[in-house]
Amino acid sequence: MKASAKDMFGTAKLSLIGLMAFLGIWYLVDLSQLVSTKFLPMPHEVLLKLIELFHIPFAGNLLQDHMMASLQRYFWGFGLAVLIGVPLGLLMGWFRWLDDVVTPLFDSVRFIAPVAWVPFAALWFGTGAGGPTLIIFAGAFPPCLINAYRGAKGIEVRYLEAANMLGVGSFKTITEVLLPAAIPSIIAGLRIGAGLGWLSLVGAELIAASSGMGYLIVKGQAAVATEIVMAGMLSIGFVGVLIDVAIRKMESFLLRHRQN
Amino acid sequence: MPRSDTQIVGLSRRTWLGVLTIVVVLLVWWLLTSVTGWISAVRFPPPKDVGEAFKQIALQGYGNGKLHQHIFHSFKLVMMGFGVAVAVGVPLGLLMGYSRKAEALINPAFLLLRPIPPLAWIPLAIVWLGLGDAAKVLVIFVAAFVPSVINSYTGVRNIDKPIMEAAQMLGIRGFKFVTDVLVPGAFPMIFTGLRLSLQASWTTLVAAELVGALYGLGSILNQGAQDIYPAMILIAMVFVAICGALSTALLGYAETKAMPWRSERVTA
Repeated sequence: MKASAKDMFGTAKLSLIGLMAFLGIWYLVDLSQLVSTKFLPMPHEVLLKLIELFHIPFAGNLLQDHMMASLQRYFWGFGLAVLIGVPLGLLMGWFRWLDDVVTPLFDSVRFIAPVAWVPFAALWFGTGAGGPTLIIFAGAFPPCLINAYRGAKGIEVRYLEAANMLGVGSFKTITEVLLPAAIPSIIAGLRIGAGLGWLSLVGAELIAASSGMGYLIVKGQAAVATEIVMAGMLSIGFVGVLIDVAIRKMESFLLRHRQN
Repeated sequence: MPRSDTQIVGLSRRTWLGVLTIVVVLLVWWLLTSVTGWISAVRFPPPKDVGEAFKQIALQGYGNGKLHQHIFHSFKLVMMGFGVAVAVGVPLGLLMGYSRKAEALINPAFLLLRPIPPLAWIPLAIVWLGLGDAAKVLVIFVAAFVPSVINSYTGVRNIDKPIMEAAQMLGIRGFKFVTDVLVPGAFPMIFTGLRLSLQASWTTLVAAELVGALYGLGSILNQGAQDIYPAMILIAMVFVAICGALSTALLGYAETKAMPWRSERVTA
């Protein structure tokens, strides 16, 4: 059953009301002076500050430069997690002994929250770029590995039997049978990993960094500039969504030949 | 390729290899740090230091308290934030899943707040509530709230249409409809949400305590980093992992109790 135009209009109207109510309550709280605007700046003040941060530097950099610093660390950490996690997961799905050896090691570290690596990251890398990269890696690696592994394990046995019968070797079976079959699961893992990596990045920058979005908001906090903190949070959320959209675009590109 | 699991002395090959791997790793750790000294104690602590650090924090205390006090404090904060988030988030998710109108009303605000990583709330929570426990509970609440809502919502949406129609035809409504149809129907997804919420809670707590706290496992990490005391950092990391694993296991146990009809146990 298709939603009628009237239904769609009704939904849009309700959504608009919902948004207005959200902003309305926000304004009301401010105008009633229950909370000082120092702690809860009005929505338009946050937006104006956001625009201002693009041309007036805060915490040593313009907003876009903080963002670039964060993205640079992010792509190193996330890239490493994908480059190591996905192949390792596939190999574990294929070689039983590797699975038996890696799984207990992996299980013993996966419950460590990624940000808990911050002190060691500081000890090992000082204030260099390696520290945040390690934290992002710690956040993004587990889903990349687990999903590639599950994707490889979930393959239909007859494909493997066919490959085996046709005399395909281990390497070719992995690249030409396991990998394509595991793509949907791998992409799902990349999406989770990308989100956790982005989260871990913020955590790392809150604690140990001198640039980046996490640093920006923590400096905003130190200056009790709530509108800067909120503007930074909005930008972090926005770029997080962009990253997710990019991965989904990649998914539809990779899976364009599949039919449901 | 399916291969049969050979049994050696009652344990599977898998278990033996697993135990062997852990033993080898511990041995390598000991060799690299204590025997050859290739890794200096400032970079990674030798086993002996870790044992001493454990004794120190368990018996004399470190960073304003003994180990069990820190653990208890962290657990308390997680349970408070997580508990409130579940108590608010699950009903809200059920409501949004059931009523299109409620969904249309609430979604815009939710979509605006949802992409913001919970850790990014830490500075705001500090501005609002300072460095005390209240700020931590707020941040944990935010972290646990989003997965609770989303998964309860998805759970209701995934209930088979015929079940909803049958309930309607039989005239089940109001409170009974919620307890007998919505909640059991959405149960598996609700629990998925709780598991994700709980993991997010621990991550967020550690980050919040690292930023500034007097007690808790995250504050030991912070203190250890400031004192350049790698053994204590390692102890704190180990207990962060144990607490996370333990609370997830407890939730898994609750899940099998709550849904006895599901024979297959779901692991995290």
